[in-house]
Amino acid sequence: MSTIVRDYSIPANDFTIAGEASSSVRKLLSQLGVSPDVVKRTSIAMYEAEINAVIHGNGGKAHVEIDESKIYICISDEGPGIADLDLAMQEGYSTAPDSIREMGFGAGMGLSNIKKNSDILYIETEINKGTKVNITVFFSK
Amino acid sequence: MTVKEMAHKLGYKIINNTDPVAEKLDAKVTGVYACDLLSHAMAKVNEGDVWITVHTNLNVIAVASLTNCACVMIPENIDIESQSIERANDKGVVLLSSSKSAAHICLEILSALKDMK
Repeated sequence: MSTIVRDYSIPANDFTIAGEASSSVRKLLSQLGVSPDVVKRTSIAMYEAEINAVIHGNGGKAHVEIDESKIYICISDEGPGIADLDLAMQEGYSTAPDSIREMGFGAGMGLSNIKKNSDILYIETEINKGTKVNITVFFSK
Repeated sequence: MTVKEMAHKLGYKIINNTDPVAEKLDAKVTGVYACDLLSHAMAKVNEGDVWITVHTNLNVIAVASLTNCACVMIPENIDIESQSIERANDKGVVLLSSSKSAAHICLEILSALKDMK
């Protein structure tokens, strides 16, 4: 199988289409016959990263590469960056405003959910430059 | 017990039943989970669960679709945003509604599941 590449745009502060990239990848993985457990883990990790880009990163991009053994996802934004990544990784820590919390987000579980559901997570972030969340999920361990 | 059987038995209102939602009414209900934090729900809701939440925004439909839950239950007759109903139709997510509280609905569904055993 040759590598399948997909690129998506993630709009800023627009919840009407937030999650469409992860929904599309979920459908693609199911069509490729990837196991439901892997599809679920990948979709959750990608959706959380996508929502983070919508809420915190002024939108951004999703780049996806799928080969026979894994899926690699890079969610990048040019937002404010994460000031203290160790703190941000702690469950329960959130900088989301009240308007976001009222929608059911902002519980400070996004990054830890991504970590739990991915096999490799690598986050690059720089203040006032942006953040790249690199997620890899293997199809079989 | 399917979603449709549960709705009839316990008097829950089925909000949407057009294709492709109609076939999801035959999905098996195996559990119930009540939570309004979307990330928490995403991590904990299992396939076959009735997910109870007071939120009715579009993100609920995305989380329901990702978790492949049996259906979403909106308690206490809370109004459901029309754009969410449209999105639920597109994504094949069944929305149910009840006048009862989340706690009461949990009790009813768990009792019904216990009776089936």
